[in-house]
Amino acid sequence: MASDSNAAVLAARPAAARPASSAMKRFARRRSTIAFLMTLPLISVIGGLVVWPAGYAIYLSMLNRRQTAFIGLENFDILLDSETFRSVIWQSCFFAITAVLLKALVGFWLAHMLHHIPTKGQRMWRGMLLVPWVIPPALSTLGWWWMFDPSYSSINYLINAIGFPSVPWLGEPWWARISVIIVNVWYGAPFFMIMYLAALKSVPDQLYEAAAIDGATGWQGLRHITLPMMQNIISITVLFSLIVTFANYDIVRVLTNGGPRDLTQVFASYAFQVGVLSGNIPRGAAVSLFMFPLLAVIAYFVLRGVNKRTKEMA
Amino acid sequence: MAQVSLRKIVKEYEGGVQAVKGIDLDIADHEFVVLVGPSGCGKSTTLRMIAGLEEISSGEIDIGGAVVNDVPPRDRDIAMVFQNYALYPHMSVYDNMAFGLMLRKFDKAEIRRRVENAAKILDIGMLLDRKPKALSGGQRQRVAMGRAIVRDPKVFLFDEPLSNLDAKLRVQMRTEIKKVHQTVRTTTIYVTHDQVEAMTLADRVVVMNHGVIEQVGPPQELYHHPRTRFVAGFIGSPAMNFIPARLEARGDNLVLLLPLGTELAVPEHRAERYRTHVGKQVTFGIRPEHLTDTQHISKQHVALLTLTPEVIEPMGMETLAHIKLEGTEICARLDPMVEAAPGVPLALAADMNNMHLIDDATGLVI
Amino acid sequence: MSAAAHPSGRPSDAVPGLGRRIGSLRSERRWALWTAYISLIIAAIVMLAPPLYMLLTSMKTSAEVADLSGNPWMVHAPTWENYAAIIGNPMFRGFFYNSIILTVCVVAITMVISVFAAFALARMKFFGSQVLATGVFLTYLVPDTLLFIPLYQIVGGLGLLNSIWGLVLVYPTLTVPFCTWIMIGYFASIPKELDEAALIDGANWMQMLTKIFIPVALPGIIAATIFAFTVSWAAFVYPTAFITRPDEMPLTIGVVSQLIRGDTFAWGQLMAGALIAALPPVIVYAFLMDYYIAGLTAGATKG
Ligand SMILES: Nc1ncnc2c1ncn2[C@@H]1O[C@H](COP(=O)(O)OP(=O)(O)OP(=O)(O)O)[C@@H](O)[C@H]1O
Ligand SMILES: [Mg+2]
Repeated sequence: MASDSNAAVLAARPAAARPASSAMKRFARRRSTIAFLMTLPLISVIGGLVVWPAGYAIYLSMLNRRQTAFIGLENFDILLDSETFRSVIWQSCFFAITAVLLKALVGFWLAHMLHHIPTKGQRMWRGMLLVPWVIPPALSTLGWWWMFDPSYSSINYLINAIGFPSVPWLGEPWWARISVIIVNVWYGAPFFMIMYLAALKSVPDQLYEAAAIDGATGWQGLRHITLPMMQNIISITVLFSLIVTFANYDIVRVLTNGGPRDLTQVFASYAFQVGVLSGNIPRGAAVSLFMFPLLAVIAYFVLRGVNKRTKEMA
Repeated sequence: MAQVSLRKIVKEYEGGVQAVKGIDLDIADHEFVVLVGPSGCGKSTTLRMIAGLEEISSGEIDIGGAVVNDVPPRDRDIAMVFQNYALYPHMSVYDNMAFGLMLRKFDKAEIRRRVENAAKILDIGMLLDRKPKALSGGQRQRVAMGRAIVRDPKVFLFDEPLSNLDAKLRVQMRTEIKKVHQTVRTTTIYVTHDQVEAMTLADRVVVMNHGVIEQVGPPQELYHHPRTRFVAGFIGSPAMNFIPARLEARGDNLVLLLPLGTELAVPEHRAERYRTHVGKQVTFGIRPEHLTDTQHISKQHVALLTLTPEVIEPMGMETLAHIKLEGTEICARLDPMVEAAPGVPLALAADMNNMHLIDDATGLVI
Repeated sequence: MSAAAHPSGRPSDAVPGLGRRIGSLRSERRWALWTAYISLIIAAIVMLAPPLYMLLTSMKTSAEVADLSGNPWMVHAPTWENYAAIIGNPMFRGFFYNSIILTVCVVAITMVISVFAAFALARMKFFGSQVLATGVFLTYLVPDTLLFIPLYQIVGGLGLLNSIWGLVLVYPTLTVPFCTWIMIGYFASIPKELDEAALIDGANWMQMLTKIFIPVALPGIIAATIFAFTVSWAAFVYPTAFITRPDEMPLTIGVVSQLIRGDTFAWGQLMAGALIAALPPVIVYAFLMDYYIAGLTAGATKG
């Protein structure tokens, strides 16, 4: 809008000769006023509930437990020195990377299979396979928790039925980690599937036909047509899911609540533990701020991907 | 209804692109004016400034005697038909046409009367309940025109309304638009890049190029008396032939010296006009229909020349011969009965009464 | 078929390899189809097993749940008593009521904010609009777990801890950015001529929005509404952090924290409660699947 009023200024002659130019300016100003008013609620939400709290978190993280004194980076220091927190970092990264890779692979596989069956049946299968994504994760994890229950595990029942010994799902650190990943993959893979399916459908069939005439096998078609065409959406989905998985809270909270022995704590659950449950708000803020640099890097790449995609589609 | 005048209209987009560079144009009441020119010459920009969709950088636009520079589009009392029709997809045809009247708080009965009247003019009475999706291209075009007609505005603005239609429908709708204008007589400004459309529809044609007006005039005048090389080349299809030449004096008479040494005599009554350019490099312009076979021409002031065509295109009612002459492409229009073959020398006659001579230095027709 | 139809009856002699290759192409297709169906069946079993098992459990009596001798995937005496009990539980009804109030408010606020903002950002270029559009997208990438501690302080400072109104205040951070983002995409895909036509027809900004943009972008509005609904129904971090009083809890945290009490879990009731709590989004999904999916995929493909 600034440019419009500039243009009006450029065109303006002495006021007496052309009184209308001020009317034009008023019109332009009015339009930007309306636009500003329309975005004001959005700006307040972003500013008041995202930007301001984010800044406030940084400030909080530099206070002492009672929030009475400024202690600089001491909270971060203490955290990095603590064995538990180092395992939180490790577990968060391990969890996020493993889970996202698995989700991407399973999602891609399912999307591909779905794409290959007759169109008539696709709707039904897609409808069934997306169910895990639709149920609020806190509630479906409750079901998983019950399935992992040490004495009543229905999964162990099936495992025993085919002749293997019971698995201590949530009781043993490594199994607990795997359990959390299983539930996360179960919950998130359908989302990948849907995204990939949409991308697969956007590749024109003629490309495959042309490739087939050029002598490409199915595998080469995938390698040289499908993957390059989907590259952008694959990376956007993976990066986006990395953020969400990295910051995941509900599954850990319901399934293991961080245990056993804090070995499945991730940033979010640990921040909750330290900040809200033990009442050390500044240190909790410091824990969650550790997520920030990584998220910023990922966000940068997502944004680049989205912009590129927007340009491609334009 | 009203006259429209543009006075020194300039449009500068952000970034300094001057799309329109100070044009003056007076359009009379009831007149049908067509803006024509190549892509990007500023036609749409001009039209949109008249509509109020684009701000005017400087200059004045006057509709019906009032300067409208600062009047928003809705108060300019104009109606516009867009290239892609811009029908509201969620409204029925009736509602599409009624929308503008409804916003202006016309009463229901009056709206119905006007919509039905417009539907009758355009013969779309049976489509009123349909959604735009369920219409063919030509029908959408009619609805878009109906939306303009019901408003009974001072001015109709059309921005390439026919370019989304196939060739046959385009000809049909062209006639339709002309008929509508003869019925409602509203001042009309029509933008197109198709010079045939311009010639057939317009009372006056405005030829634009690079943001300026090259020439304004009735179609016949533009055709026979183009004022610039651009207009000469733009109007007419196939386009006028341009051949580099030198003007030489042969006693009292003038001749044109073409490449390859051909000499063409200039008619005496034109000698006076051209005398100042003797000895200069000029461009000889002649339309394909004035460069034709020798058998069917027996007039005065005909210059004969023999050229070898490269391609022969039989069109049915005529045959086009394409000839390459020293790097310039020339097109001649032959009678279909004439025997012509590529690579076979062909005797041609140039009707020098209809020749044009263009000053290479200024680009103006002499 | 081509092999059999060959007149010589020995196709491989006439055109070496051709008959065989066509045959193998066919079997390759069939094989691919089998792989697809087998993968999908396995995937469907895995994907549907947990909710199914929840359903089975919810239909068992406590005695049957506790019985270790039988197959846990079977119900011997199906009963609705767990559902009756959980629906009869006033605390659970309170959760449900809170969730409804909360979600309705959040969806309404979200849609008003994002439709207006998206319209301004998509159509009325103004100072900083580009930056703001990018900002919207970045905000969408900020997870709730990064913000809940400072928001805990802020909401606490406003005296809104332990109140669903505190949640109504903060939930828009979860919904508004994405809804605005996809609405910008939908609005931007409306041809520019349409609003110019409306402008000439005499519409003002408000009429343009309500009479043209909202009706034309209705699929987008529905998708965004569904998104806002599912997100605020499923939100877990904020209510877990801000609400400790059972009578102000929405369903998610209520079911997870309040129905798990004591050492002997009432598993049947717990599962019944979880399933009832999950029902509204599932119903919306079942009836509006196409819009739901459009909303999901819009984030990466629009805008
Ligand atoms: N919004 C804009 N910003 C900057 N430059 C513009 C803008 N719109 C048009 N232009 C430029 O102004 C010039 C004239 O554009 P205009 O649309 O008037 O052309 P036109 O004669 O209608 O062409 P066409 O036949 O292709 O429609 C072009 O060079 C174009 O690139
Ligand atoms: Mg144009």
